[in-house]
Amino acid sequence: MSIAPEAFDFVATLVRQRSAIQLEKGKEYLVESRLAPLARSAGAPNVDAYVRTLRANTGLHDAVVEALTTNETSWFRDISPFNMLRQHVIPELRNQGKRHLKVWSAACSSGQEPYSIAMTVKDHHADLGLSVTATDLSEEVLSKARLGAYSQLEVNRGLPAPVLVKHFVRKGATFEINPQLRDQITFRKHNLLDQPPVGGPFDIVFIRNVLIYFDVATKREVLSKVRRSLAPGGYLFLGAAETTIGIDDSWERVHEGGASVYRPREGK
Amino acid sequence: MKALVIDDSRVMRRIVGGILTGVGFDVVEAGDGKEALARLEENDDVQLCCIDWNMPVMTGFEFVVEARKRDEWRDITLMMVTTEGEQNQIVRALAAGAHEYVIKPFTPDVIVDKLQFLGLVEAKETL
Repeated sequence: MSIAPEAFDFVATLVRQRSAIQLEKGKEYLVESRLAPLARSAGAPNVDAYVRTLRANTGLHDAVVEALTTNETSWFRDISPFNMLRQHVIPELRNQGKRHLKVWSAACSSGQEPYSIAMTVKDHHADLGLSVTATDLSEEVLSKARLGAYSQLEVNRGLPAPVLVKHFVRKGATFEINPQLRDQITFRKHNLLDQPPVGGPFDIVFIRNVLIYFDVATKREVLSKVRRSLAPGGYLFLGAAETTIGIDDSWERVHEGGASVYRPREGK
Repeated sequence: MKALVIDDSRVMRRIVGGILTGVGFDVVEAGDGKEALARLEENDDVQLCCIDWNMPVMTGFEFVVEARKRDEWRDITLMMVTTEGEQNQIVRALAAGAHEYVIKPFTPDVIVDKLQFLGLVEAKETL
């Protein structure tokens, strides 16, 4: 799947007019991956068809601009979930006797989230084994993620300098992630409405800033699939604006230090 | 909160100063490392320095080395903001006592992100 040039131009113009953000050629994968959930929830067969409906329906424009501007993926930018991971979730899994963590990073986009997870484990729980299954709908973002090479602009954003020099090597104009960290991550194409990816059952699932684009029935369906993919005692991370509350009461929320994480309730 | 912006370009001082003012800092400025040391002597309430590398008279790197010799300044956060992006330069600046490193060009949120990590601006989860 690849977005048609005229659809890309339409979206790029819309986003530029509304947010001053420039989506240059080469960012097609970004438009595709950000708009795919919107297209799906609107019942459009693909992103091109969804963009055609945008031309007639300006009421949808806000959601499109928001999807392309507010959820820019970047390292530890939301620091609180990673603090929660390091200080609360991993110690709790250690108490359960875990020595090798299996993590699913869903909708991983260009890879900043799974690499941030691997850096967190390496820096703070180096004795634990780790395998991360990182998935996205878009093969294009996955190809970028697999390379583990980022521009200076990309590493400026949300990546502390001491972490940058510890885990990346500069090669020409890009910074490349340490291959040892990269080898802990398996990237796979996956649709959240399909069965969970191989690599589980998972001790921790990250599925952040995705549910906001789904209707309630789809949220329930995704959460139910995620629950079945979790190992006993496992944890779920959602985005800051997302919750299971009022959608699926089989989860309990654990709130620590300004961040939330979810666990399946016993007996549900 | 007070911040010292050290850059030989008045335009850069205004850009960086504007970002810092926007998150609640009072900003003082210096055009090179030597002037920056003088500003620190005059302002004992500076909590953050944003430091260009290449400047006349005294470079930003030399400023970091000098500032780190002074015990009374040890709690000041030092952040390089520079076009110098070679890995060994980042390593050198951190080893000399800088806490953070921003490579130009940058967007305002890069500076704000770093300040959140450093605990100088309240961290909040964003979408």
